Amino acid sequence: MARNDSRAPDGDTTTGHEWDGIREYNNPLPRWWVWTFWITILWSIAYWVYMPAWPGISGYTKGLRNHSERANVAVEIGKLEAARGEAIKRLAAVTSLDDVEKDPALLQYTLAAGSSLFGDNCATCHGSGGQGFPGYPNLNDDSWLWGGSFADIKTTIRYGVRSGHEKAHFSIMQAYGRDGLLPAETVSDLTSYVLSLSGGAADAAAVARAAPVFQQQCASCHGPEGKGNQKQGAPDLTDAIWLYGGDRKSVHETLTNGRAGVMPAWEGRLSEDEITALAVYVHDLGGGQ
Amino acid sequence: MLDRHKFLEKNGLILTVAILATVAVGGAVEIAPLFYLESTIEKVEGVRPYSPLELRGRDIYIREGCYTCHSQQVRPLRDEVERYGHYSLAAESMYDHPFQWGSKRTGPDLARVGGKYSDAWQRQHLIDPRSVVPESVMPPYARLDKTPLDFEDVEGRLTALRLEGVPYTDEMIENAKADVEAQVDPFSPNYDAFLARYPKAQVRDFDGNPKSVSEMDAMIAYLQVLGTMVDFSTYEPEENFR
Repeated sequence: MARNDSRAPDGDTTTGHEWDGIREYNNPLPRWWVWTFWITILWSIAYWVYMPAWPGISGYTKGLRNHSERANVAVEIGKLEAARGEAIKRLAAVTSLDDVEKDPALLQYTLAAGSSLFGDNCATCHGSGGQGFPGYPNLNDDSWLWGGSFADIKTTIRYGVRSGHEKAHFSIMQAYGRDGLLPAETVSDLTSYVLSLSGGAADAAAVARAAPVFQQQCASCHGPEGKGNQKQGAPDLTDAIWLYGGDRKSVHETLTNGRAGVMPAWEGRLSEDEITALAVYVHDLGGGQ
Repeated sequence: MLDRHKFLEKNGLILTVAILATVAVGGAVEIAPLFYLESTIEKVEGVRPYSPLELRGRDIYIREGCYTCHSQQVRPLRDEVERYGHYSLAAESMYDHPFQWGSKRTGPDLARVGGKYSDAWQRQHLIDPRSVVPESVMPPYARLDKTPLDFEDVEGRLTALRLEGVPYTDEMIENAKADVEAQVDPFSPNYDAFLARYPKAQVRDFDGNPKSVSEMDAMIAYLQVLGTMVDFSTYEPEENFR
């Protein structure tokens, strides 16, 4: 090792290390880099003092700032609620649609809130425009399973349909074919009958054979004329609006295996004012009664 | 001091020991406190180990790589709390090994998806996402609906998790296979025993096909329990600010 021989033949500085005759050039890091390095170390020390940093035996150092993400979000939500304050309070107290519709400022707030809530929570099933999908009702039309008044819509949103909530809407469409309640040929005749109710093409003989069966099996919920009953969530069979499709195959499938669509209960997940805003929004989509 | 460093540089073994000692200090300061600090996991009620069916659903979730597009962590930020609900607590993933917090959201966060949609919707959406959400880019997982769930080894899975610290009891492990079947059948003779082991678990035929236990059953059972366990009435936000 030749410590003092630090000048290489070409004039460059070496580190002074020598291993088996091999010497190493000394190429120091750029000044700016070294300074940045030291500043980051100083920064971290300041950070330990200012922000929560070191764990201890029973807790951690809170830092001069006493920073907390969870406290921050509580403050942020508080600000949001303060900004919405008056509207939220009035919405939670709304008892009828008139309360909202006679107050243009509140209505504007409600529809804006309803629109974004609908996008977050309802559009996945009912479609972004409330147009529905097979099995998920269209919310734009006048055909309602469980009622289309403001109060009805609110009840449905709050408790859902077959959601498991004790106040949820509940009804049973029997699996006439699968459970052997009716013979296969009667199910087939009944399919023709149901199709004929909304003016669909159907075999007249089959319709005639099924008419008494309909009165016996179906009329208690769907009504003698098949007009439905919103108290029991029984759809109107005469309006040619079909939740699960109105072709022969779909109707036959409904009669064979029954149907039991589920809508979750939103109570608990959504607040009172949010449920009200959604009910107003859905009512205003066009089909509200 | 630099001369002493030369000593370390010339003695590889001693250098190795010195490096290990330095890294160990970092571990002791950063990792060890998480195991003994009581503030690490909030004191809340309701969080229970996954039922065997939910656990198999979780395995499928990991197998299919759902975590590459879906996070399971509502961060304490205003917009997230507004959209997804209460921010996630550490207690909610204390029985997850490994946790599924994720780091990417191509799809929405799933930390609180339980109960948000119906089973039928979940099934249809997994089979053909675009049939219910036309703008979705999620791939279809129709295969789950046709594949019977393999739960032959579910006892072993529970036992392994018990070694990790999940409080599965002997009774839970013994009955694991029967519990998979009990959770998809509300008329099962094991109904009450199952609910005693896994309080408030949802029992129903998740995939709409009572004839078999499919991977779809497990997947939907898992999705429907996500974010629903914590009883927030027992949560003290101020005590858990951090």
